Amino acid sequence: MTREFAIVWAHKGRLLEGFVNTIGLCVLATIIALVVAGPVTIALMARNRPISMLARGLVDGMRCIPFLLLAYIIYYGLPTLGIRFNNWTAGLSALVVYNASYMAEILRGAWASLPREHIDAGQAFGFSGWRLYRRIILPPILMACVPVLGNQTIQIIKDSAFLTIIAVPELTHEASAIQSMYYVPFAAFVGAVVLYWLLCRIVETLVGLIERRAEKRR
Amino acid sequence: MQVLATPLHTEAAATELERPVLEVCGISKKFADQDVLVDVSLSVRRGQTICILGPSGSGKSTLLRCINWLERPDHGQIFVSGQRIGYRAGSDQLMSPAELAMIRSRIGMVFQHFNLWPHLTVLGNLIEAPIWVQRRPREEVIAEAEALLEEIGLREKRDVYPARLSGGQKQRVAIARALAMRPAVLLFDEATSALDPELVGEVLAVMEKLAKGGMTMVVVTHEMSFAEDAADGIIFLDRGRVVEVAKPEKFFRQPDTERARAFLQRFGSSQRGRTRRDV
Repeated sequence: MTREFAIVWAHKGRLLEGFVNTIGLCVLATIIALVVAGPVTIALMARNRPISMLARGLVDGMRCIPFLLLAYIIYYGLPTLGIRFNNWTAGLSALVVYNASYMAEILRGAWASLPREHIDAGQAFGFSGWRLYRRIILPPILMACVPVLGNQTIQIIKDSAFLTIIAVPELTHEASAIQSMYYVPFAAFVGAVVLYWLLCRIVETLVGLIERRAEKRR
Repeated sequence: MQVLATPLHTEAAATELERPVLEVCGISKKFADQDVLVDVSLSVRRGQTICILGPSGSGKSTLLRCINWLERPDHGQIFVSGQRIGYRAGSDQLMSPAELAMIRSRIGMVFQHFNLWPHLTVLGNLIEAPIWVQRRPREEVIAEAEALLEEIGLREKRDVYPARLSGGQKQRVAIARALAMRPAVLLFDEATSALDPELVGEVLAVMEKLAKGGMTMVVVTHEMSFAEDAADGIIFLDRGRVVEVAKPEKFFRQPDTERARAFLQRFGSSQRGRTRRDV
């Protein structure tokens, strides 16, 4: 057993490379997913029924599809329609589309429970449209959603492991490569688990810090 | 900087005083099948304070919300400084949301439950709309906001979030937020109703200072002593209709209608004895 861990330790560079790739992928996916979730949330809350139904279809669709299948469809399925992505772009797109839908649903819930008075005041003071959303509605709902969005970020980290099936060189992929080369599955995967745990702990700490700041406003 | 009090002394200003800042012409509003406002009209000249009185459910708050189109009236017209709200000039075409927002920014509103934005500090609440809606220079807006905070005695709360303020402090900030927009007219929707009795006085003091300083105000209130002392005119609403329009001296001593008399009698014992000087 010690020998197995020694082999993984000897290839720690490769594991860390996968770890850094996972961090980059997840940070980018979280930021883009949050940005995409904004307009989708507006669409979900729109009074225009076709727009809200379209957004609802997208969100419900994504929530019913297993992430692995979505990644397969984007990487292997879309080329049959002439749309081709490399493995990085396909992986990032899958993470963004999938998790933006969840985030939009989280933001919609917070918006629906936002006291009507704050929006009334915004409208009475001349805010409308995008400016009303950006300056008056979005900040308090983001504040209210920090813990849930933190959970969703952890979900992105865990979903990113599926991208090994389309050969994105993220953490699971690198751990898998080490184990298949030296047949050290336990040590290689436990090494990856420790790094995933570390990454999730960092996210939880950041969420805690943001929550403490948000607490001052409550 | 004297921001709360802006008295008009010149002769040119005297003519300006005669021109209505706010005109409400025959507005009606229904919720479902219920008439909430029926053919309500009023006119407010510059510097006047008009108090709207009436029992609960008489349509007072709906009237204020119709004035700035938070509720869209079913019939009638509303003009602020001569500009019709809700419709483009000279036509029956509805304003775009952006046009409506721009005209709303000239009507200040103080809400019963303060409605301060919780994610912004006190200063942030004051400068948000002047900077983002009126597009005024940030430095100028901050200087004016700080002067307003000084005048309402809350300068030291500049960087505090609303959640850390008392009800009275929140409402004073809400008044300063409305003033920071340099509004043509200021609407108060039962500004003291949600406050503990000991906090009512500090808010009424600011409102009275504004009234004496020449701010144009429409005040929905149950504070009879404020209405009697500070108002230039009283409008009594009942079941969505204007029942009586009078000077405060007349309204509180010799109301013309039986409904106003009954209303004053009901309020008389519980309210008129409690003045802001007592609290």
